Amino acid sequence: MEPLNLNTSAMTRRDTFRLSAGLGLSFLLPAIDLKAAEKRGIERQKSVIVVWLAGGPSQLETWDPHPGTKIGGPTQSLSTKIPGIEIASLFPQTAEQIHHLNIIRSLTSKEGDHERGTYMLKTGYRPDPTTFHPSLGAIITQQAPNSNLEIPQHVSFGDGQWPARGGYLGDQYDAFRIYDPGDGVHNMTMRVDEPRQKRRLGNLEVISRAFEPNRRPAANQSLHRKTLDDALTMMSSEQLEAFKTDDEPESLKKSYGDSRLGRGCLVARRLVESGVRAIEVSMTGFDTHANNYEGMQTQAEILDPGLSTLIRDLKERDLLDSTVVMCLGEFGRTPNINPLDGRDHWPTGFSCLLGGGGLKSGVVIGETDPSGDQKDPKGPVPVENLFATILHQLGIDYEKELITPIGRPMALAQGELIQQLL
Amino acid sequence: MKKLRIILSPLIVVLLISIMIGMTIRPGADPAPLPSSIPDDDDFGSIVDTVNEELLLRRESAGLDELQRASDLTVLRRLSLSLHGTIPSLEEIRQFERVQQTASESKPDLITRWTERLLTDSRFSDYFAERLARSLVGTDGGQFVVYRRDRFVDWLAEQLESHRPWHDITRDVIADKGLWTGKPAVNFITAGIAGDDLDHEELTGKTVRAFLGQRIDCAQCHDHPFDDWKQSDFEGLAAFYGQVNLTLVGIEDKSSLEYEVEDHLSLETRQVAPAVPFGLEWLPEQGSRREQLAGWITHADNRRFSRAITNRIWALMLGAPYYSNISVDDIPDPPEKTDLLDLLADDFREHNYDLRRLVRVITATDLSRASSQSSAETDQEYAIHKEYWGVFPMTRLRPEQLIGSMLQSSSIKTIDQNSHLLFRTMRFFREQDFVRDYGDLGPDELDRRAGTITQALLRMNGNLTKELIEANPFNSTGRVANFSDNDRECIDNSYLVCLTRHPTADEMAFFENQLAELKDQQRTQAVVDLYWSLFNSLEFSWNH
Repeated sequence: MEPLNLNTSAMTRRDTFRLSAGLGLSFLLPAIDLKAAEKRGIERQKSVIVVWLAGGPSQLETWDPHPGTKIGGPTQSLSTKIPGIEIASLFPQTAEQIHHLNIIRSLTSKEGDHERGTYMLKTGYRPDPTTFHPSLGAIITQQAPNSNLEIPQHVSFGDGQWPARGGYLGDQYDAFRIYDPGDGVHNMTMRVDEPRQKRRLGNLEVISRAFEPNRRPAANQSLHRKTLDDALTMMSSEQLEAFKTDDEPESLKKSYGDSRLGRGCLVARRLVESGVRAIEVSMTGFDTHANNYEGMQTQAEILDPGLSTLIRDLKERDLLDSTVVMCLGEFGRTPNINPLDGRDHWPTGFSCLLGGGGLKSGVVIGETDPSGDQKDPKGPVPVENLFATILHQLGIDYEKELITPIGRPMALAQGELIQQLL
Repeated sequence: MKKLRIILSPLIVVLLISIMIGMTIRPGADPAPLPSSIPDDDDFGSIVDTVNEELLLRRESAGLDELQRASDLTVLRRLSLSLHGTIPSLEEIRQFERVQQTASESKPDLITRWTERLLTDSRFSDYFAERLARSLVGTDGGQFVVYRRDRFVDWLAEQLESHRPWHDITRDVIADKGLWTGKPAVNFITAGIAGDDLDHEELTGKTVRAFLGQRIDCAQCHDHPFDDWKQSDFEGLAAFYGQVNLTLVGIEDKSSLEYEVEDHLSLETRQVAPAVPFGLEWLPEQGSRREQLAGWITHADNRRFSRAITNRIWALMLGAPYYSNISVDDIPDPPEKTDLLDLLADDFREHNYDLRRLVRVITATDLSRASSQSSAETDQEYAIHKEYWGVFPMTRLRPEQLIGSMLQSSSIKTIDQNSHLLFRTMRFFREQDFVRDYGDLGPDELDRRAGTITQALLRMNGNLTKELIEANPFNSTGRVANFSDNDRECIDNSYLVCLTRHPTADEMAFFENQLAELKDQQRTQAVVDLYWSLFNSLEFSWNH
């Protein structure tokens, strides 16, 4: 545990930074590793952006339409830049960019409940009462942290109910949440001048000295001191600018769309540029048990510009080769249309987009039955394989076992590599 | 809404100040007297002893030391946080300390009597109604046309206030008929309405979680992977809600309706008859299907029912469910041999499902009075201490507890029903944002979590902190800074107001030294800074 160090002579790099910044001496500081941040293409340290569609998006109204069939509903399809491949006509802009990624149309999972499905699709493991698995972002930031960062390494945008967590790696790997992205991070300005702030922090040391003895493990696990310290570092960090979009061209902001999802995708790109390793952009409203078609139309009007601009923007900035992009939800939806014109939960044969980060592009994996009679898709891809593949692509040994707090060895990911994408 | 809030924010502060003036000049109404006895205290001691013995056996099985006892003020703080969602006021602490000097040998002991006082205060009913509502209807707004969460919570508070037994409350919640406004219990049903239809699966999952303490939601698609729940069990239970009918006069039961499900594999529709997965003999023969379900759930032999609420109240009082590694609504099946949950649950049932009795018993145990300090030095050791209850576990204050504590710290006097206007107005504008920014876990609020950077930022730099601690003639910072007799008393008061304890000798020396040279505004600023530091300490934002 790193103490606040205000009363000791042993100053850490962070303290130096904080103090120097406060005293207006920031020119004395070594520049943050600009070279690393400026690197482009495959050379760059890799990041992951997960565009999370909470509620379980319908594969039939997104990347796997079956127009003109009993199960297809009124949804039409349109051609993409992948020869012979069509997606739902609700996504005209994504159709122009989708060839930079890959489509998997045959994901399979065993979890049809929102909470359990979310757990499965965020961690790669089924819920287990004896272990709490870490999310993909937590694994990445724990295994391959970016030591130059003063802002959180793992960030989640939007108001999804179950954001990515640190699991057995610890709550310090939980995603840093921002509900409404685009206008920076709130509560970043201290309310008093430097000497008073110093006095306040000094007082805090005295108060904790009285409380923490014989409570050390609990105090450590509370992360109270660490979060306070991280917050102080963030408050004086120039990297905070990454959370703002003021200096982005209006046309680009418009292209992403003025929605939580759109702004989240734009800020996600900015965070990738700053070296943040794992970002989740959440959008809710995909649980279309009733009026599925209308619901998906509304969702697509927000998702299509946001997602397509993200892919294009990353590509244009030569960041796509170092950024894995994955777009999915906790499961898909039934081929059958229910009496409310809705679709129910369907953890078998659903779709996702995955690409970037040096993976192949323009590949389409798997097939579902247009008649809806066959439940199982052709070329099934168990959800677990997504995790193995992404970690592998980031240079992390996905088979490596960590020891969980109850002493049980646990591989970072189960599943196998999706060879078609490598 | 945002503009309205901006316009009204300063007004709230003015309102806050004027109400505090009102409070300070209100003739010194005596605080509620401390009860000299507690209800049915004849067999109270024996159940507490039995539970203590069971806890002792559990500790010994893991080779843990004796529990260290917490100070009375620490216990007082915990009780206020669990039962009222806030810390005690300086006024209450002073009263407690006065009685403590004269009543050290009394029976029942002072803490038990103080608990009784907290339980008779209407703040308990209001606060617990919200806690229980979270397990029953969650925190979502639902469909306003047919669902009124506010009415449901008010109704629950009325039931608690009138000492209604838990099994009666449960029966109303599951089986009542009528409009969501006039018969607020039916909001439990209407919370599950999506579109124009009742979501039977969601309602069934919620019923089993809330009243039987188990999760069978995943059995709606396939058999439960770990427990004995089958998909057919889930559907059979859901069928008890199959005759629920939404009409112009509210929720009714229509006997011609049947519950139908669509098979996830064959996609064919089939009718499902109501069926219970166990305890067929508990199912009443008479009544509507919902009344039958309610009768089955609340049957005296259905151990899961009493175990579930016992575990929830345990978690609310002690910060974690009894089986602390498992979520509060995922209790293992009742074991063959009676466990501690059964001991408490049996006592609860024998005392007519009285929630206050359950709270009294739990809070009278050695564990509830134990210190959060322990000999554990590593994470593994601490994990064992927590699992075997060898320590009072530390838990992060929930957002409503934190905002309640911050508001209370800004006042010397108790913020209670007499100041509800302040509390509610303040909360109306503040709580939503604060709770959201701080991170509300909704129905999962009993999950254990560490602190977050966002929370640290909110406490350090947030508007609420600034407004509450900036000294003025009416708030506690201003009064403590300017009306304490000397620096020592000023420091002592600050600690009592914020942390419900006296400073240690080292702390006193440090802050006396800090205040010694300062005068007027500079001294007040130092007191404000002390408050800020107390607000931002681990000790303030965690229950210990």
